[in-house]
Order: sequence, then C-alpha cells, then structure tokens
Amino acid sequence: MESYKLTHLRELEAESMYVLREVAAQFENPVLLFSGGKDSIVVTHLARKAFWPAKIPFPLMHIDTGHNFEETIQFRDEMVEKIGARLIVASVQESIDSGRVVEETGVNASRNALQITPLLDAIEKHKFDCAMGGARRDEEKARAKERFFSHRDDFGQWDPKNQRPELWNIFNGKKNMGEHFRVFPISNWTEMDVWQYILLEDIAIPNLYFTHMRKCFERDGMLLAYADFMQLKESEQVKEMQVRFRTIGDLTCTGATLSSASTLEDIIDEVASTRVTERGGRSDDKRSEAAMEDRKKQGYF
Amino acid sequence: MMTEDGTTEKYDSAGYLDMELLRFTTAGSVDDGKSTLIGRLLYDSKSIFEDQMEAIQAVSDRKGEEHVNLALLTDGLRAEREQGITIDVAYRYFATPKRKFIIADTPGHIQYTRNMVTGASTANLAIILVDARHGVIEQTKRHAYIASLLQIPHVVVCVNKMDLEGFSEKAFQKVHKDFEDFSAKLDIKDVRFVPISALLGDNVVDRSKNMDWYQGPTLMHILENVHIGSDQNHIDSRFPVQYVVRPMTTEYHDYRGYAGRVAGGIFRAGDSVSVLPSGFTSKIKSIDSMNGPVERAFPPMSVTVTLEDDIDISRGDMIVKVNNQPEQKQEFDVMICWMGDRPLQVGGKYALKHTSRDARCILKEVKYKMNINTMQKLEDDKNVGLNDIARVTIRTTVPMFIDGYRKNRNTGSLILIDEATNNTVGAGMIV
Repeated sequence: MESYKLTHLRELEAESMYVLREVAAQFENPVLLFSGGKDSIVVTHLARKAFWPAKIPFPLMHIDTGHNFEETIQFRDEMVEKIGARLIVASVQESIDSGRVVEETGVNASRNALQITPLLDAIEKHKFDCAMGGARRDEEKARAKERFFSHRDDFGQWDPKNQRPELWNIFNGKKNMGEHFRVFPISNWTEMDVWQYILLEDIAIPNLYFTHMRKCFERDGMLLAYADFMQLKESEQVKEMQVRFRTIGDLTCTGATLSSASTLEDIIDEVASTRVTERGGRSDDKRSEAAMEDRKKQGYF
Repeated sequence: MMTEDGTTEKYDSAGYLDMELLRFTTAGSVDDGKSTLIGRLLYDSKSIFEDQMEAIQAVSDRKGEEHVNLALLTDGLRAEREQGITIDVAYRYFATPKRKFIIADTPGHIQYTRNMVTGASTANLAIILVDARHGVIEQTKRHAYIASLLQIPHVVVCVNKMDLEGFSEKAFQKVHKDFEDFSAKLDIKDVRFVPISALLGDNVVDRSKNMDWYQGPTLMHILENVHIGSDQNHIDSRFPVQYVVRPMTTEYHDYRGYAGRVAGGIFRAGDSVSVLPSGFTSKIKSIDSMNGPVERAFPPMSVTVTLEDDIDISRGDMIVKVNNQPEQKQEFDVMICWMGDRPLQVGGKYALKHTSRDARCILKEVKYKMNINTMQKLEDDKNVGLNDIARVTIRTTVPMFIDGYRKNRNTGSLILIDEATNNTVGAGMIV
C-alpha cells in the first residue's frame, strides 16, 4: 500500500504556509516583522513558498533599534533586493529623538523594550491590521500559551487570560476598528526544527550565526559583543574571542557563545548537544520570572 | 520531480529528516499529576535544559519542596504560578529520534471544557490520566466523552500514582474494567491502558521494575509507535480554495493558481474535478510548489493547483473529485460546544467559518443538551451556556460543502462567532 505521510518538517511547513495564506486572505493590510534573525528569515522563506510564483503580497518591516549588528542590516538589504520584497524601517532612534520614548541609562541599558513604541506607532501610521512575527512557543513559557492568531486591543495589548479559543485550523481574524492581530506562523517550530529546515531548504542566513572572531566581554555570566556605544563596568575586559550567536537581536542584550561551528551541520550538532535554552542567552528575559509576559502584555512580540 | 519529502536530501542527523509529527493532548484534574507527567516526559527524554531546570529547582527550594517540582515547568502565566493551577491551553514540544511531539496541555477543571475541546481539536492522541486511588470518576468520563466527540483517533488511559496503591494489579484492572464499561457507549476506536507513576517514572519512558505483571508497552513506546498514517481521510478528495495566486509578471502573465491545504483525499495532475458551488468541471493541469511540481497532494499538504479551464474561482470555493462530492446544504445539525460567556441564543444570528468559507447562520433549534458526566441527553433543558455541549440545527445564508465530522475532521468542523464581540463562541461538529 502506498503511504501518505509527511515528515514533521514538511508538516510544519504546510501548517505555516496555511497560516500565511489565511493572513493574506483575512486581513487588508498585513505586515511581516523582520528582525534579520533566523526565525524571521524562515518565515520570509515560507511566505515566498506560500504565494509562489507571485511575490510576497505584504511588506516586511524592520524595527531598527540603532544598535544592530552591521551584518544584520547588510543581510537584510541584500535579501529584500533578491526576493523583490517591500521593506519598511521603523526606527527606535526616531522615537527617542521625538521624545516618544526615553532611553534607558546605566550599564545594562537596552533598547530592546523600547521597540514597543515604534512598533505600535508604525502599526498605527501604516494602518497595519496584522503584524506577523517569527516567535515560537518553545522559546519562553509565556509564549507557550500564545495563539497563532493573537488578538490585540486598540492599545496593542495582549490579555492572556481572555484569549479566543483556536479550534482545528479555523482562524478567527475578525476585529473592530483600531484593533489588530499578531500572527505567529511558526508557533509550533522548535529551535532544532528551524535549523534543520534552514539546512533542508538551503536558506541563506547572516554569517553572525557561524563562528568568527569578535571583541567580547563577560557580564553576569554572559558574553556580549563589544560596540563603542556600550558602557563597561570597571571589572569588564574586552577580549578577542571565537564566538557565534544563537539568536540575533539588539546588540546590547544578545549573548554570544564560544563556538567553532562553521557549517549548518556543526550548528545542528551543537544545538542537539546543548543544555541551555536559546533565550538563556538573552539578558532581557532574565529581568524577572515573568519578564516576557509583562512585555508581551504591553505589546512586545 | 520532487516528492512530498521535498528537495534532495543532503544531510541526515539522527534521522531527523525522516521523523513524524504526533500531536497529543493531556487531560487530568489538578491532582492527577498531569503536570508531573509532562515534566517527566520532558525530563526523561532530555528535553529540559539546564537553565529551565535551575529555575524550577530554585522555586522548589524556595517553597521548601522535597523533590524538584516538575509541574513548575508547565505553569506559564503569573496567575497560574500564583494559584498553582493551569488556566489556558499550553503547547509543549519534545522530540525523540523517532518522532517530534506537540503536547496540548489542557486544564482539567470543570469550568475549562472549552480548553479541553480546543486542545483535542488538533490531536492525534489523547492521554487521559486517572488517579489509581480514586479510579474512574466523573471527570474521567467527561474527558473520554470529549475525546470521543472530537474524534481523537487514539486514547491512552494512564493509571497514575500506582506507587500509592502498592503497584497493585488489582487497582489497575479495576480502572481498566470500569473505563471499558462506560466507554462502550462512546465512539473511541483505539484505547490502551498503562499503569504508571509519573512521580517516580515507572512505565513513562523507562519500564517499571515494580510491576512485573504488566507486559504491555510504556507510555513513550506507544507515543513513538502508534500508527498515525491513517488518521487523515485519504478517500474523499476535498480542496478548499484559500487564496488565488495571480503573479501578473511577464514570466507568469496568465498564471492563475488556487492555493490551499488539502482537506481530504489525494489529488494528482490530470484528475477530473468539479468546482463548488458553480459545479463547473475541469481537469487539474498542475500542482505547483516553489520546489517544483508536486506528484500527488494529500492532507495536510499546502499546495497551489492550476486547472485546464478558465473558471471563476475564489476563496471559499471547493475543488472536489467529480465522482465523490461533499453534501451541499444550508440546513444541518451540529454538535456544538459553547464557549461564549453569553448563553447560546435560539433564533440568534452568528458568523460562521467552515474550511475557507465564511457565512452567516441562524441557530434554529436546540435538539438536546448533553449531560457530559452521565452521557444523558437532556431534552427538557435547552439552555446552552459556557462549556455546555448540545445538538443544534443551524441554517446558513449560503450553501456549505460539508462532510460528517466522523468522516472528515477538516470538512466536518466549523466555528461560530458572535458578531457583536467578534469572539469565537462555538465549536461545531457536523452530525
């Protein structure tokens, strides 16, 4: 008898493509949030597949903290050019300059939380009714309860105790004026799935994910990349190290790991044997036990 | 030509490219040890990371608990940690070399039936936890009923806390018999029983040394090996059109593709098809993907179909085989699980979503309400409120292309939406 089954990667792919098509069909003006990290790169790839041979029918938006890795910006611009996508850049620096947000000060200052205001401002300015992102439920425990289609009120807030039930594969994107949705097409993927899929589909990613030499320093047990806008404590010393990044976010809070992984296969082996979650390297999540939940309620991804 | 496995395979780390996906749901009450069981599955399959372990170790120490409380791994929201209960469906992930698993971890208290239904709606398998000391209780029956109603193909009854019953075979057999006695009235095709201790790990991942009398597989063995290849309907071909792809580029100037996810059966290029509701017939010209033409499309694949003839097709239409069509109806019965805070309004109008098709409907009549603790039909009590399950006749504004839920979970399910609040208020299974 012929067998009709998909491997788990192909089943996850089919589910994500389905979600992306639902977004294109149910919303008038959706946007795909693109950070330059591997998860948003995979979502972009899935969006290409969902609408092929047409182009992706919605723009990509990057919330630029101004503290990005140069490599991320370069990668972003090349990718957008190659796939013919439309890119919008919303800037944290502009929000700071216009006084909409106040920059954190001190040695642990991070612009990560400051992304909320430019994100919500851009959603309002461009009248986006749906913002898609590459968040996954396995990343963090508050995200384990997130829906594929996550409803936000007109202040952009998430109410975790009053979420719409999500049944079968039927997604309810109905909303009132001023409200919007966050949609997470790769909700059901794990870090391992993402890496294996990047390998399977031969997807280009920034070279930050592979081993390289970089000036780093240690803080609270984490390795941070050094940049001239970062304040060092007296005890902290900048050293050249062989590192790579497991996640790519704002430079000020993304931890590097000592690694010699130079190929996707090496990375997969490393992920398979590692004993720390990928967000274990993000100082923004370490602020309190409910740090992510609190940021999400305010409108963070 | 590409197969459904996709592009040419270059690299195979531990068979990862050949793994299947199993979705399962866990149901149990606060004290049945459900969180402990999930913690045990994650822990013994080495899916817990050091930083997660450190975090729960610290909390356990702070609370002065004797063992590391594995249940803390699954309590995500602050209110849940504070109250020590699970409020919402949480999704967990782990993998073994054979399969990747998605757990829909659903709360078991009575007021959260809607969450159990939500978790069950996408599951291949349900784990029902029974406390060996208390045996089959009302809640066990409720969980079994929901598994049956939602047509979860496989059910595993885990008789937990065997350590507190001296690992006695008699306690296990009593649960086994009691469960079979009442579930005879239900529609569960495949049910198995495993005696376990989630706290100590007996028969969860590793075989118990305390229960020689049990010769069956461990829970993990079942999860890794249960046959799920037949869980989807591969007979009745259904392709709901989700989105029309029109590139309008020089290269694909006249391309008109119908994007969707196969909801039943198998489609190949050359198949004769009908398009509903117009009834026009044509042939499948190609089934496309970015990786190349697709030889055969079956559930749950997402593909794009082109037809030989130029027919006006839009979202909400359905492509089916000429000789095997769904029913086209505007009036039909559904079993509905009510999820709204406001009770169901007989005569009320609601928005309806079924596959990719939107409609409005009126709820004409409640035939009966189920007492899900006793499985009795209550024909005198037709007040349907939050967490109630009832049989309802609905009438839609446009014809729907439906199959019975028993025949096809994709084309037999629908949701109802309150048009005032936009909330999803009902989950319907077509009778």
